Amino acid sequence: MTVISSTKSTEALSFTLVAEFDADVERVWQIWEDPRQLERWWGPPTWPATFVKHEFTPGGEASYYMTGPEGEKAGGWWRITAIEAPRRLEFDDGFADDDGAPVEAMGTTHATVTLEDLGGRTRMTVLSTFESEEQMGKMIDMGMEDGMKEAAGQIDALLAEHSRA
Amino acid sequence: MVVDQFSDAELDRLFQAFADTTRRDIMRRVAVGEYSVSGLASLYAMSFAAVQKHVAVLERASLVSKERRGREQIVRGNHEGLQKARRLLDEYEAIWRQRAERIADILAEE
Repeated sequence: MTVISSTKSTEALSFTLVAEFDADVERVWQIWEDPRQLERWWGPPTWPATFVKHEFTPGGEASYYMTGPEGEKAGGWWRITAIEAPRRLEFDDGFADDDGAPVEAMGTTHATVTLEDLGGRTRMTVLSTFESEEQMGKMIDMGMEDGMKEAAGQIDALLAEHSRA
Repeated sequence: MVVDQFSDAELDRLFQAFADTTRRDIMRRVAVGEYSVSGLASLYAMSFAAVQKHVAVLERASLVSKERRGREQIVRGNHEGLQKARRLLDEYEAIWRQRAERIADILAEE
């Protein structure tokens, strides 16, 4: 099992995911640091993400859009608030308009990612805190949920391939 | 889709309601018991009117209900409203679980 636990706090509107991976900390850090790897998992298969900017440094900004099944686009941005490679990453995550400019009124989510070495394996903890408003609802409106269901099917297929290999 | 059950205005009210420490604290308390507005006001270093405003925000978001009892206004948690908030978090949880699975797939390719 990849996902070890997830905890939700309705009162604090926060969410914590703990997952463990069969790879070392440096390797897991790369999936955040390298935009080409990041865009392979950030969006669901039907809404793949394209990162047009990825300044992986404190104060840096990232800019991305996700492309839906009908070619529709949904933009987003990150503002990186802390980086301690390869163990900790913090960023604000929000929505962007068609030009990639932040839509502040839509609210932001603050994410804190920590990686821990488990003797060659890695435990990743993602804490998300919602600061305001309805960004979660918008995210789902963009078609992520349908995408997720499809992702589940693709993952099963991939796992089947790996077990045969 | 679960989120279809929310209008944008409803979501706005819900997130606004949770965006404040005092309101979150009020929620934690009234989820497990009844409080009068004056009882709540005595817990915080702020005026009765300020606490009353916080309660009003929670009430608009359907997270608490208020009932007049004699000279007191009694506040209690609205479980249906809380359940809606919980469902939103469920959706978000699903998004992150899928992301973790995709990460595992990328790492497994090597």
